Amino acid sequence: MIVKGRVWKFGDNISTDIIIPGKYLRTLNYSLWVKHLMEGLDPAFSSKIRKGDIIVAGKNFGCGSSREQAVLAIKLAGISAVVAESFGWIFFRNAINNGLLVVECPNIVKYVETGDIMEINVIEGYVKTPRKILSIKPYPKFIMDIISLGGLTEYYRRKKHG
Amino acid sequence: MSSAIEKIISDHIGRKVHAGEFVETPIDLIYFHDGTGILVFKHLEEMLVKKVGDVESIVFFDHSVPPHSIEASTLQKYVLESSRKFGISKIYFMGEGIGHQVIHEEGHVKPGQIIIGADSHTPTLGALGVLALGVGALDAAYGLAAGKLWLKVPETLLITVEGRIPKGVYAKDIILHIIGSLRAYGALGKVVEFSGSVTERLNVDSRFTLCNMSVEMGAASCFQKIDEKTINYLKNFGVCDLRKHFSDKDSYVEEYFFDISSLEPQVSCPHSVDNVKSISEVEGTPVDQIFIGSCTNGRLEDLVEVAKILKNGKVKPYVKLIIVPASKRILMKAMSLGLIEIFLKAGAMVGVPGCGPCLGMHTGVLGDDEVAISTSSRNFIGRMGSRKAKIYLASPATAAASALTGEITDPRRFLK
Repeated sequence: MIVKGRVWKFGDNISTDIIIPGKYLRTLNYSLWVKHLMEGLDPAFSSKIRKGDIIVAGKNFGCGSSREQAVLAIKLAGISAVVAESFGWIFFRNAINNGLLVVECPNIVKYVETGDIMEINVIEGYVKTPRKILSIKPYPKFIMDIISLGGLTEYYRRKKHG
Repeated sequence: MSSAIEKIISDHIGRKVHAGEFVETPIDLIYFHDGTGILVFKHLEEMLVKKVGDVESIVFFDHSVPPHSIEASTLQKYVLESSRKFGISKIYFMGEGIGHQVIHEEGHVKPGQIIIGADSHTPTLGALGVLALGVGALDAAYGLAAGKLWLKVPETLLITVEGRIPKGVYAKDIILHIIGSLRAYGALGKVVEFSGSVTERLNVDSRFTLCNMSVEMGAASCFQKIDEKTINYLKNFGVCDLRKHFSDKDSYVEEYFFDISSLEPQVSCPHSVDNVKSISEVEGTPVDQIFIGSCTNGRLEDLVEVAKILKNGKVKPYVKLIIVPASKRILMKAMSLGLIEIFLKAGAMVGVPGCGPCLGMHTGVLGDDEVAISTSSRNFIGRMGSRKAKIYLASPATAAASALTGEITDPRRFLK
């Protein structure tokens, strides 16, 4: 599993309220979530990104509200992965469950800037930026099983119906 | 050496588990609400589930109540109809209050359980000796279908709080002080366990506040061991079925100690919960709105403190004071104690039990450049409305004092 893309860098404690504000949650119009992605920090963000881009962030990315729309908004916007120094506990689960690639990489913010092209190799366990190659911990088998099926929905169906 | 959490999970799985290992654990209770329920049912449909399994399940209509828009009403109707269709065991409809409060008032929470809630403040229930985890909609849907949750068994971090509780200082001030010290990611992925003579002296209402806000330092959950106060509290709501769990002494991954004897009232400043200052540093900041309520601080003990301050004064003209009791039971108790009359006479608006303005969706939404002081748990940019608004977090007493003056105010000025 290799992902290569252009980087958008953010700081620490990016909350799900920043990723998708509460006022856009009472809808099933998914394109609305994409349109308002990261509105808390940059209302024009969704117009700047292109398919395959990577979000890089500091500590505790996706903290706060359990809203799964935060993961769905990032995924539907075409972001290929989120690499952060650490993740909010629920956000990380939501990402794995919904098939969004999330990679924990301590110190990553020191070695990458917005606009850089970055490569993630989940199988071999590294992240490559123009400045440094950083190793990442492999996922435990349990999580890899869910990821390889694209998320928890398919995991359930396979378990139930074989 | 095992933590209480490891013991609870071990009990459920039927073998001894250790922090760090991946397990699929059975769960006892699943709940969600009118907000997260939308995606819970979408997921169940995609999973081709017809009826939920045997695990007790509850839906609460607490987030946007009463509904504020056509879309909100339509989606709430979808959640209600789906709850019936899929066989959710219990529905608490609009006006009953916040799920995290109603769930134990109605006797659903029993110490020793594993509970998942599709809401991040589910760990509030840890004050009752359960493992309560906030999850996303898909985890909840999977739990409803399969009765299980995948989980990396979390480590436990111990926080001991000692000292005399100063006048004007409450559970909220204590937890804000702790978060300011450990930071917003200080307990990331861990279970926070509280101990010490201060936690023992606090009533269960206040213990909920501690557990509720542990989430804001990244905790996966919070845990407090059962004592006489918890037992009496639960008995009051008809719960006598108690499985007590205690952590072994050496089972903690980290330990912190706080002496609060000289603590001042604390305020969390924009735009991060760990930007915590003493009241003296922010006193005098003008505010447009005060919100008293939420799963953090909308309980009876909170309202009693608020009434002590509001009973001799009036809300500053053209300042909005919104008080929302966390549940209908609390509202009725507050009515019988005469608190609601005090609030109304002081000039407060009293809202329908539920989440209120905390989530910035349906009521008391902040406008551009407005400043609020709130007893809720989050001051992220845009949380309560405009991304140009500012939110300060404080105790109910500090919020009430600020309502009288129209600026952030030390509650000790009004406490005799």
